[in-house]
Amino acid sequence: MILKHRVAIVGAGWSGFRSISPDLSYKELMYDAAVKAYEDAGIDPRRDVDSFVTVGEDYHEGISIMDEYVPDQLGALHRPVQTIAGEGIHGLAAAAMQILTGQFGVVVVEAHSKASNVLTLPYVDAFAFDPVYNRPLEAHPIFVAGMEMLRYLAETATTHEECAAVAAKNRTNALQNPSAGHPAALSVEDVLTSEPVAEPLTRLECADHSDGAIVFVLASGETARALTDLPIWVRGVGWANDTFRLESRPWGDARYARAAGEMAYRTAGIKSPREEIDFAEVDDTFAYKELQHTEALGLCPAGVAGEWTLAGGTALSGEFPVNASGGALGQGHLLDATGLARVLEVVLQLRGEAGPRQIADVETGLAFGWRGVPTTGGAAVVLGN
Amino acid sequence: MYGNRLRGSTPRVAVVGAGMTKFVRRAQETPKELAWEAAHLALQSCEMTLDDIDAVVIGTAPDAFDGVHMKSEYLSDGCGGWGKPVIRGYVGGGTGVFSAIQGWYHVASGLFDNVLVVCEEKMSSCQPHPQAAFLTIFDHTTERPLKPNLLWIFALEMNAYMNRYGLSKRDIATVSVKNKRNAADHPAALLGDPDITVDDVLNSPVLAWPVQRLDVSPVTDGAVALVMSTPHEARRVTDKPVWVEGVGWNLDTAYWTNRDLSYPVYVEEAARMAYDMAGIKEPRKEIHIAEPYDPFDYKELHHLEGLMLFDKGEAPRAAADGVTQRDGDLPVCPSGGLLGVGNPIAAAGLMKVAEIFWQLRGEAGARQVPGNPRRGLAQAWGDLMQVGTVIVMGA
Repeated sequence: MILKHRVAIVGAGWSGFRSISPDLSYKELMYDAAVKAYEDAGIDPRRDVDSFVTVGEDYHEGISIMDEYVPDQLGALHRPVQTIAGEGIHGLAAAAMQILTGQFGVVVVEAHSKASNVLTLPYVDAFAFDPVYNRPLEAHPIFVAGMEMLRYLAETATTHEECAAVAAKNRTNALQNPSAGHPAALSVEDVLTSEPVAEPLTRLECADHSDGAIVFVLASGETARALTDLPIWVRGVGWANDTFRLESRPWGDARYARAAGEMAYRTAGIKSPREEIDFAEVDDTFAYKELQHTEALGLCPAGVAGEWTLAGGTALSGEFPVNASGGALGQGHLLDATGLARVLEVVLQLRGEAGPRQIADVETGLAFGWRGVPTTGGAAVVLGN
Repeated sequence: MYGNRLRGSTPRVAVVGAGMTKFVRRAQETPKELAWEAAHLALQSCEMTLDDIDAVVIGTAPDAFDGVHMKSEYLSDGCGGWGKPVIRGYVGGGTGVFSAIQGWYHVASGLFDNVLVVCEEKMSSCQPHPQAAFLTIFDHTTERPLKPNLLWIFALEMNAYMNRYGLSKRDIATVSVKNKRNAADHPAALLGDPDITVDDVLNSPVLAWPVQRLDVSPVTDGAVALVMSTPHEARRVTDKPVWVEGVGWNLDTAYWTNRDLSYPVYVEEAARMAYDMAGIKEPRKEIHIAEPYDPFDYKELHHLEGLMLFDKGEAPRAAADGVTQRDGDLPVCPSGGLLGVGNPIAAAGLMKVAEIFWQLRGEAGARQVPGNPRRGLAQAWGDLMQVGTVIVMGA
């Protein structure tokens, strides 16, 4: 099934992104983003929205059943509201599916991060390990990323320098993004010489966290055209999981990204992604992940993303910009909202609203989000004018 | 007005298979293994394999029970999600019925032909008692310092309901008796008891007045799975598809202390949405069998009123008069419900959907409701007495 002109993003709002936000609660972050999104779409949530989807994980929120606390600040009382315990783009996919049923005209999707409230994130993430087989190892969760990076480097002949180039590029791109929480003029050398976190992964190759909230208003084709002259069409959407087991997953290859990308391309009617897509925002929670994901998504042949990055091909001024926004490395990792930050940049670029980092003549962009260590879950969306 | 819900014709989605584990107090299996067992039984029931499944929907309530962060990631391969699109929806205690709704919109979107819906809950991992995990559902600033638990707030709600309508504990206790007796016919039930009486309920220990021990469903481990399909696929695998005719869900404010707890208006809103989609004008005539959410006996009655199947305050009398017995005018919780079969939160909700599936196919065995029911509904509820999820299904 091809999604052509069936679902569009007609409103976007966000709050942040900042490394701390002591002046705002998570509810206020959500409210701020929601009001902006509704204004952008020209809608009143109490009148015009048929359903709301929020994204979050209990352990990130420090609340069991976090969906209890979402309706008030979104204007969603006495409406269909659900939470997706997943990546932000899973939430976008859920909203898109609701519209595709023909029963919903306007659906809102929200995700947020109040990471600065979480004082012991690695300990929280450690609860994601298999409780029987892996948790007894009492390992810091980032060890998975270190091992995975080693395997990826070994299988593809990618160099550490090429991975570091991703971090230097994204942090530098973030200097052009007023919403980025962690911009910095970094060199490859700076990244390589920062302290190791889980060999060979260094400190500057890991995304720091940010606080923020992102809200999108999605609408069916007909409604989208009535609301805006510039709908950003959801051309394709896809998501997939590989096995969760550490013992039997392919460490070098992001198979989940390949499967998610294939579904997104299939539903977009895209045969050759590199030719038909102009730019991408790809999960870069760790620098090597951008390379691994770019390859798995078919945006370049396997094993060459590093070389391509070091040569400037994926730079803001390159032939195929990747993470023009600064990515998670430059904006800050937004927990379950990270993928929606990738989507936000694609929307802004396609609308021509990306300011000093605007890429010229773009019509189609890809966003991909990953659920983070130790998962193998990811989701992709192709957006177009 | 741009919102245009219920504009299109309702897409046809069928339930074609169902399976469940035994509901037990403490399962030896890991959460993953429980999920696998239910998924396997559901696939077997419609002679499908994982190769036929295009996407997986996972439902499971707070991560705090299993003690696993990002629980659906951990559960994903047990649920048959390896290499497939996997998604987890979440509306607290309403998750079980909502997972079937989510399966519905996966298929109705046109993106998938066959979807496996799996709900799992392992509450026994939470030591010494899962009630402690519920402390973390409350507002961290205004409520948690009071150390509330669920029995405490549902006692408030039960009191509000009883006082508003002048209800008797004796009438309400008949729900617990009916459901535990019904569950005696359920091979997967934890608390079936053919001999229980109203006096047993009224003489059980007081937990938080007016809630007594036998007014409450038990802590349970278990898993349930469904297979949902397009009409084309449904006809390929079964002669007896059960169609999803309407779905609805609705969320009220998090500030539950500001609400009138005597009536679940969010359940009414969810039911209206589902009835509209199903084209139901007179639910009392058109619904033949109901599985409302019954974690407490009064909740079944509360929900029957919210579902507009009885007038406000009238459900307890009707229950005492036998209207909701398996052979009554409106059989309610013929499965035995949460009070009898058990309450592994998300799995319990999906068990209700599975029960309607089996009843409408005439496959409920000793639990079969007489008179060939053609249409039924399942409903769940959750969060801070806040969310209603409703699915209407027809043979």
